[in-house]
Amino acid sequence: MKSKEKSNVYKGIAAAPGIAIKPAYLFKKDIEIINNESIADIEEAISSFNEALEKSKNELAKVFSLAVDKLGEKRAALFEAQIMILDDPILIEKIVSRIAEEKMNPEFIVNDEISKYQDLMISSHEPYMKERSQDIEDIKNRIIRNIRKKKWKSRITEEVIVVSESLTPADTVLFSRMKVAGYITNFGGLTSHAAIVARSLDVPAVVGVHDATENIDDDDILIIDGFNGIVIVNPTEEQLNEYKDKLEKLHQLDKELAKLKDKKAITKDGKVINIFANLDLSEELEIIIQNGAEGIGLMRTEQIFQEYESFPSEEQQTKVYTEFAEKLYPLPLTIRAFDIGGDKVLPVDVQEPNPMLGWRGIRFLLDNKELFRSQIRAVLRASKHKNVKFMIPMISSFSEIIRANEIIRECKSELTEEKIIFDNQIEIGIMIEVPSAALLIKDFAAEVDFFSIGTNDLIQYMLAVDRGNDIVNSQYQEFHPAIIRTLDFIIKEANKAGTRVTLCGEMAADFRAIPLLVGLGLDSISVSGAVIPYAKSIIRNLDYSQINEFVADCLKCKTEHEIHEKVNKFYFSNFGDSSHEFYSN
Amino acid sequence: MIEKKVKIINNAGLHTRPAATIVKIASKYKSEFFIFKDGMNINGKSIIGVMTLAAAKGSELKLTFDGEDEKEMAEEILDYFNRGFDEL
Repeated sequence: MKSKEKSNVYKGIAAAPGIAIKPAYLFKKDIEIINNESIADIEEAISSFNEALEKSKNELAKVFSLAVDKLGEKRAALFEAQIMILDDPILIEKIVSRIAEEKMNPEFIVNDEISKYQDLMISSHEPYMKERSQDIEDIKNRIIRNIRKKKWKSRITEEVIVVSESLTPADTVLFSRMKVAGYITNFGGLTSHAAIVARSLDVPAVVGVHDATENIDDDDILIIDGFNGIVIVNPTEEQLNEYKDKLEKLHQLDKELAKLKDKKAITKDGKVINIFANLDLSEELEIIIQNGAEGIGLMRTEQIFQEYESFPSEEQQTKVYTEFAEKLYPLPLTIRAFDIGGDKVLPVDVQEPNPMLGWRGIRFLLDNKELFRSQIRAVLRASKHKNVKFMIPMISSFSEIIRANEIIRECKSELTEEKIIFDNQIEIGIMIEVPSAALLIKDFAAEVDFFSIGTNDLIQYMLAVDRGNDIVNSQYQEFHPAIIRTLDFIIKEANKAGTRVTLCGEMAADFRAIPLLVGLGLDSISVSGAVIPYAKSIIRNLDYSQINEFVADCLKCKTEHEIHEKVNKFYFSNFGDSSHEFYSN
Repeated sequence: MIEKKVKIINNAGLHTRPAATIVKIASKYKSEFFIFKDGMNINGKSIIGVMTLAAAKGSELKLTFDGEDEKEMAEEILDYFNRGFDEL
């Protein structure tokens, strides 16, 4: 191999720890680049076109079923027209016959044929026709996306590192079913979906590598270092050896940590901290159990059902929840209600200008009562072994808790009437992720059985920083004094009221934050499965008397910088060995 | 074959909702149905085709119906145009 200059090293944000050395797989989503290859198998091309049409229809129907009340008649009609286009006999016949005659890739024909109509619309003098052309663009891109999705599925057979501009939740779910050894994206931060899913699946991820897709080609050999946010393209012999060495050490460390599996997370002076796992994808359950979690502290249901084309029925949900509850028994399973945002269900042209402040979480559920009820009933039905808890996201006002509790009561009495067995004492909790909820914690305590602090949203709402926005995401600071003091307030108030409180955000996945969180008085945390052994080893080396002082110091700080320094100093002076050696700074 | 001229009389013109309704009505019949406007010749059973027609209030269209049930088809569709797409 030719010796390369240092320019084969790219820096990004270390989003999920781990090291992998594998070939690159470029995931191109840019619909503008249309594949104009010719094809050999006409039948296969036509059937993949038809499948893409079916898939697109189901997707639109799923979205439409939830959003119809909010759309208004005009938008609803447009939506219906979009679904009708997927059934348009003239259009479909034309596309199918062109695929057969011209022997061209279906995405090329779809693009060419539908664009003809768009050109006619754009050439019209009526301004609304330009908008309409945009709607047609949506449907065209949806079909092309679905044609491609099927191809990707069949193409990834070897272990690869996926390189992409960005990844949506749907993309990551798609890849989680395949052999993906790591993720690299141009955009995104620590809390982007690629990052969260990578941590869940215990594969490394580096995000925010701005030119990744430009500098990496298919089948380039990549080293991904998720500890330090480094990507090396076509490494030199020397670089390869260095990383093979690290990889070996990492396996050793994993073996060491695996010994902690059946040990409790208990501090040196005897305080037990319960460690639960967050679960995003069904595949994770195995890693979670292997790593010795004491249950699931957060099951994100919207993610689990992402792969379903329509919203899952009560029966489908009951089946999934029951299976998880039974596999975990006697450990607890905390199921969070669907946290679906308006940005995921509304069509592009009526999307909310600010979805994070919009129609999501409990607001969405209270507006889609049937969906909410189907989930509550399914959760109750899965609770018959008494190891299931239910948790409601995005609570910001007292009335939302009252209304949710009322619906839960109604569902309970229905099930009683239907003579279905369930846990009548099922614990109901709420997420504390909106500042108003943090302030009202004392009043909420009387109405719920537990609290779970969601730090990702709490931080972005408290600091008014969009964590997905590259320009300001350096202001997204988990050690901001206002955040630390708010956590302190929540935990103290909850303890006073005798209501249990846990923390399930990504903050608990930051090893360095664990001493601080434990010191603030949390009795439990919920983290990605892969983090559990690390968290255990840290907690087992903590001394409560020692962290009390450290926490008191942090609570006095005025800047995030001061807290950050104290946290780093505490972590590296106490846990300097083991995992530390993988971090080069 | 039946050939008729119609005028758009509702304020909003031939927007998406009436376009969808026209296609739905046409699809119930076996006969062929075409819409002619500004030199364009659009199959009336194709929603994407009908959506490309920019037809504001006052514009004139030529409709043709051809086939075994052309009479019934023409009657129902012309009626829908004459009702101003139920938006008057």
